[in-house]
This record gives sequence, structure tokens and C-alpha cells, in this order.
Amino acid sequence: MSDHKVLLDVRGLKMHFPIRTGFFSKAKNFIYAVDGVDFQVRKGETLGLVGESGCGKSTTARAIAQLYKPTAGEVYLDKLDLTKASGQELLAARKNMQMVFQDPYASLNPRMTAGDIIAEPIRIFKKSGLMEASKDEIDDRVEQLMEKVGLSRFFKNRYPHEFSGGQRQRIGIARALALNPELILCDEPVSALDVSIQSQILNLFKDLQDEFGLTYLFIAHDLSVIKYVSTRVAVMYLGLIVEIADAKDLYKKPLHPYTEALLSAAPIPDPKIEAKRQRIILTGDVPSPDKQRPGCNFYDRCPKHMDICKRARPSLKEAEPRHQVSCFLYHKPE
Amino acid sequence: MSDEVILQVKDLKTYFTVDEGVVKAVDGVSFDLRRGETLGIVGESGSGKSVTNLSVINLIPTPPGKIAGGQVLFHGKDIFAMSSGEIREIRGNKISMIFQDPMTSLNPFLRISTQMVETIVLHQGLSSEEAKKKAIEMLKLAGIPAPEKRIDQYPHQFSGGMRQRVMIAMALSCNPEILIADEPTSALDVTIQAQILELMQELTHRLGTAVILITHSLGVVAGMCDTICVMYAGRIVERGRTEAIFETPRHPYTMGLIRSVPRLDQEAKGRLYSIPGQPPNVIDLPDCCPFYPRCEKAMDICKKKYPPVVSFDNDQSASCWLYTKEARNV
Ligand SMILES: Nc1ncnc2c1ncn2[C@@H]1O[C@H](COP(=O)(O)OP(=O)(O)OP(=O)(O)O)[C@@H](O)[C@H]1O
Ligand SMILES: Nc1ncnc2c1ncn2[C@@H]1O[C@H](COP(=O)(O)OP(=O)(O)O)[C@@H](O)[C@H]1O
Ligand code: SF4
Ligand code: SF4
Ligand SMILES: [Mg+2]
Ligand SMILES: [Mg+2]
Repeated sequence: MSDHKVLLDVRGLKMHFPIRTGFFSKAKNFIYAVDGVDFQVRKGETLGLVGESGCGKSTTARAIAQLYKPTAGEVYLDKLDLTKASGQELLAARKNMQMVFQDPYASLNPRMTAGDIIAEPIRIFKKSGLMEASKDEIDDRVEQLMEKVGLSRFFKNRYPHEFSGGQRQRIGIARALALNPELILCDEPVSALDVSIQSQILNLFKDLQDEFGLTYLFIAHDLSVIKYVSTRVAVMYLGLIVEIADAKDLYKKPLHPYTEALLSAAPIPDPKIEAKRQRIILTGDVPSPDKQRPGCNFYDRCPKHMDICKRARPSLKEAEPRHQVSCFLYHKPE
Repeated sequence: MSDEVILQVKDLKTYFTVDEGVVKAVDGVSFDLRRGETLGIVGESGSGKSVTNLSVINLIPTPPGKIAGGQVLFHGKDIFAMSSGEIREIRGNKISMIFQDPMTSLNPFLRISTQMVETIVLHQGLSSEEAKKKAIEMLKLAGIPAPEKRIDQYPHQFSGGMRQRVMIAMALSCNPEILIADEPTSALDVTIQAQILELMQELTHRLGTAVILITHSLGVVAGMCDTICVMYAGRIVERGRTEAIFETPRHPYTMGLIRSVPRLDQEAKGRLYSIPGQPPNVIDLPDCCPFYPRCEKAMDICKKKYPPVVSFDNDQSASCWLYTKEARNV
């Protein structure tokens, strides 16, 4: 997989949201939701993006999709820098990059039928003159997509509220597949689902990847889900990627103290293992991204912090082959 | 955990009348809870976990809900036969609850001190100074830094994890015999979840509190519970000691659940096992095994009659036709 072409290349991506401190005050503060992340996703692989609530996962995905205008950085999809692309270029790029969202309830228009929701991206493309498709061709495509994601085509004229959570997620996936994209950005697509439905949808993602050679950026907060789907994994903390490695290396030998704590905190459904496990219990809460820190973002909660960590910011560097980590335990400050 | 049973739920039925018909949210649930025991209730969304526990403390909104049958015996006394005064004496004092969203039980307009002191004074007859001291002590136990200062703050000044700690402190401040925790960590991050679960385990062990822990996470029950009840479509379909449930699950639904979760401690290979189909709608369920349409092992009899409870020698039991004479005869 490491010899496949780079499909998505994210460089120095920042997304700072301005917040006003008071109604009349001119002084602006910022939420540093994403504060400089770099990573690449190769064709056919799944990059899992994991981290706690508010660490900037969704913001990263949305800034890549240009749903937000990034504060800084570049996002290359193939050779095109999306942050500098024209409106028409962006629309054309959408054909190659689609999103699936967490909430299968909120992300579908309640007044559209399943068939119309799935056909919508095709209709938009047709309208903008980017694609030709007859009404019959669109109908066929919708039925074919429904079958691919495991929905009966007889449900075409039903509305979202007539479907269960898992079925709605299937509609969202069919819509994302409509234009035959190479890359799908999946933002917590199984987090709202029950265990038995979650495994059905995870299998569907894998089957579709095998069949169409899809590339995924897959966001989840559940480390076992990430382990199951990912070829590579990036761990985020407070707006930054703190570690990125091949999935098997990251799970076998986590380097960053935060990754270690995350892995040790995740419960394992086996009472014998649970009884013997030593947890690293972190103190304190996940801090707020409303300021930039002079030192390591994990300093306050890090069980291994050193003096230097308070004063200097570590950066993401290779510690082992294909395994990058941002921590002074592995490299000296510049 | 001792052998003394402090709570008995017997054939509990809780129904809701809605436009579409009668929702049999809980339909014949029975279990015992012993002093100091941690009992886990697992099941999919809508399987009746919360309704079971709201029924235990008689907090079902009526209408649309009603207790359609059964008993809940607390130290042998039927909760449904108690006067509202008697039940108030138990609720929040002998049996307390924490919920997934702490804001459902914290009043956003009152300082934490006001809320805690009020409960302690009401239930324990302490003076308000003594009650405040006790409250600070509980917050400290719950790991709130500088509790003397934080106690006079309002709920919104705390983070999600800290609010959950405050809830636990409040719930345990009256030394309850039973703590009912409904998805207490589902809204929290993994590292915070680990903190809160450890806190709950430590405090309840120290105080000898029995816990009913409702969750959909098999990982959480594996680490926390002595015994487990698995719910499906308003009924308990399997129960047993935690190790037994994970080692020798008997009900096909339990087996399927355990096999469907991706595991942190195993190599990810191939497809995940998955249970086909979806959980049933609990309106107008036919009187057959509710798992029948999704079950790999289903037999003819499964779609005709609800299966009986079969007991196994390790204190485990399951409602499934597989283990009956009838199944062997067909
Ligand atoms: N006030 C109510 N009015 C009507 N139906 C209700 C009411 N409360 C619960 N129900 C129904 O009772 C059933 C069981 O609900 P319950 O909340 O116990 O499920 P649960 O297992 O706790 O699910 P979750 O994990 O989603 O909280 C569901 O079908 C639900 O829709
Ligand atoms: N539109 C917005 N305006 C201000 N703050 C935002 C906005 N969107 C996200 N944030 C903040 O950015 C941070 C990261 O958010 P998000 O990427 O959604 O986190 P998650 O990892 O849970 O997906 C959070 O603190 C969030 O509150
Ligand atoms: S740089 Fe220092 S504080 Fe940051 S994770 Fe590494 S050891 Fe901990
Ligand atoms: S009773 Fe029949 S359908 Fe129900 S779980 Fe057992 S084998 Fe399956
Ligand atoms: Mg998110
Ligand atoms: Mg519930």
C-alpha cells in the first residue's frame, strides 16, 4: 500500500474559529480547533483519525472538504490544491471526494425520499453541466446503489423517518457513492449505531472498499473500531496530530504517552483480561482549545512530562520507520 | 457481595399507550440484586433498560406509561404499594440514580452546594453546616479539586466529566444501598470514562453500595460487573455471572453480540461477524421468540411460542428453545 499514489495530501492545515469575547468588544479570541496538521492518505488505504471529543477531528474533515475555509495550509486532492481552487474546480473535485456523517438522523433531508437523496449529487452535477444522465439512467443508478448498500429498491419512495438508524446510514453511504468518488471522508459513521448494527455497517464499508478500491479518511473515537478499519492511524489531541503510524505498529507499540493512555483506557469485552489490566488513569479534563500553549499541549495531563515540555512545543517527527510522534521523549528540542 | 437479596424485581411489566398501539417496553422482567453486588444490564437502544430502572423507583410518567404488572420488592416491601411519602423516603436516599446526561438531574439555576445540602439535610437530618461539610467531603472523594471553592459554583461552570463526578458525589452522599447508573459514561471520552468508572467502583466498594449499571458497552460490563442481564425487546433473555456470560453465552443474541464487536486485543482480519436484521419494534410483538427473525439457530417452535427460561448448573439462565426437550423432539 505504501507504494500507491498519494491521493490526499494535507499540509500545515489550520482552522481557527474567531469568537467574540463580549458583545461590544472588538478584541477577537480564537478557538484553535485545528492548529497545524500534516498527513497523507494513499489510494486504497484507510487512515483512521482518532481522539477525544473536541480535539478537532470533524473540523479537520470539514476543512479538507472545504466546508470551512481553512485559516492556513494546503489540501491537495491528487494535484489540485482545494484551498486555492475556483468554485467550478471545487465542484468538479467533489465528484472525487464525498462525506458520510455521524448522525444518520440530522444528515438526511426529511422532506426528500431515499431515492431523491441518493440521486441528488448526480442531479447537481447534471445541472452544472458536469455530467450527462437521462432520467432512466439516474433511476437505474439509484437502484443499483441501493442494492450495493443493502437496501431494497422498493424503499426508494420512502422518507428518512421511515428508516432505522442503520438503514439511514446506508442511504448516506449510497449518496456518497453516487458519483463514484475515490475518497470518502467518514465522520463517526458508526458511533450512533447499536452494536449489532455497527458491525453490519463496518462490513459494508470494507466490502465497498474491496469492490471499488475506495480510500477512506475514517473518524471515530472508538479505538477498536479504528483498529478494525484502518491501515494507518493518526491520533489527535487538542488540534494536533500527536502520533501517526501503520495500524499494527501503533496498536502494538504506541509511542506517545497520550496514545498509551487512550489504549489502556479503552475497555475490552473480556472479564478475564479486564481483571488483570493496568490502566493509565489520566488526571484532569480534556482542556479547551481556546488558547495556544507555549509547550506541549498534553503537558498538564502527561504522566511522563519533563521540564522542557512546558517551554517548547514538540513537532511530529519520525521515531521509527513510518512511525511519527510528537514528543520530547523521542527527539530533542531544536 | 453478600447473599442477602435487597431488591427483587418480579415479572415487571411496564407499558406505554401511544397512537400506534401499546408499547410493551418491559414485558415480564425478573431479577434479584444482592447487597454490594454490581449488576449490569446490557441491550440495544429501545430494549427497555431505562424503563426497567425507572419502574424500580416508580418514576414512570403516567400517562402514557403504566405499571401493567409485577412487583418490585425493596427489603421485601412492595414499592408499588407504598405511599408517596414512603417512596420519597427511599428515592434519592436508599436508592439513588445517576443518568447519562448530568444536566437532567442537576438544576442549572442552583449552586452545587444548595442542591447537595438540600438533599443531605432532607434525608439525613443533619444541620446545614454539617451537611455542607459532608458535601465537600463527598466532592473531594469524587476527585473534584478544591471542593471548598467549587461547591459554590453553578453546574455550567463544570466540564462534562466533572459534572458526572458531582452527580456521583451527590448520589452517594446519602449512603444509598443501591445506586442505579443509567449509561453514566456513554457521553464521556474514553480517558474520562476510565476515571469515572474507577471512581464509581472504588466508592461503591468502599461504601458497600449495590449498583445496577445500565450500558450498551460490553467492555464496560466486562470490567465492572459481577453479574449481567441481557435484555432484548423488553425481556431479559439471558443472565449469569459475568465470566460465564462471556465464556459460555447460551442465548444466540448474546453470542452474536459478543462476536460482533471489533476487539482491541485481537488482530483485525476479514469481516466482522454481524447479526442480520434489526431489533424489533415493541408494539404488537407476536407471542413468539422476539429474536426469531434474526436468529441463525431458529427452529419451527421459535415462531410459535415464547421460549421458557432454561437454567444451567453454573447459575446461568437463558430464554431459548434450543435447550429444551421440545427442541430435541422436533
Ligand atoms: N414516555 C414514553 N412514551 C412512549 N414510549 C416510551 C416512553 N419511554 C420509553 N418508551 C419506549 O419504551 C421502549 C424502551 O425504552 P428505554 O428507554 O427503556 O430503552 P433503552 O434500552 O434504555 O434504550 P436507550 O439505550 O436508547 O436509552 C422504547 O421502545 C421506547 O420508545
Ligand atoms: N463553527 C465553530 N465555531 C466555533 N468553534 C467551533 C466550531 N466548530 C467546532 N468548534 C470547536 O472546535 C473544536 C473541535 O471541534 P470538532 O472538530 O467538532 O471536534 P470533534 O473531534 O469532536 O469532532 C471544539 O472545541 C469545538 O467546540
Ligand atoms: S512532550 Fe513531554 S509533556 Fe508532551 S507528551 Fe511528550 S513527555 Fe509528555
Ligand atoms: S428461541 Fe429459537 S429463535 Fe429464539 S433465540 Fe432460541 S433458537 Fe433463536
Ligand atoms: Mg465530531
Ligand atoms: Mg436508555
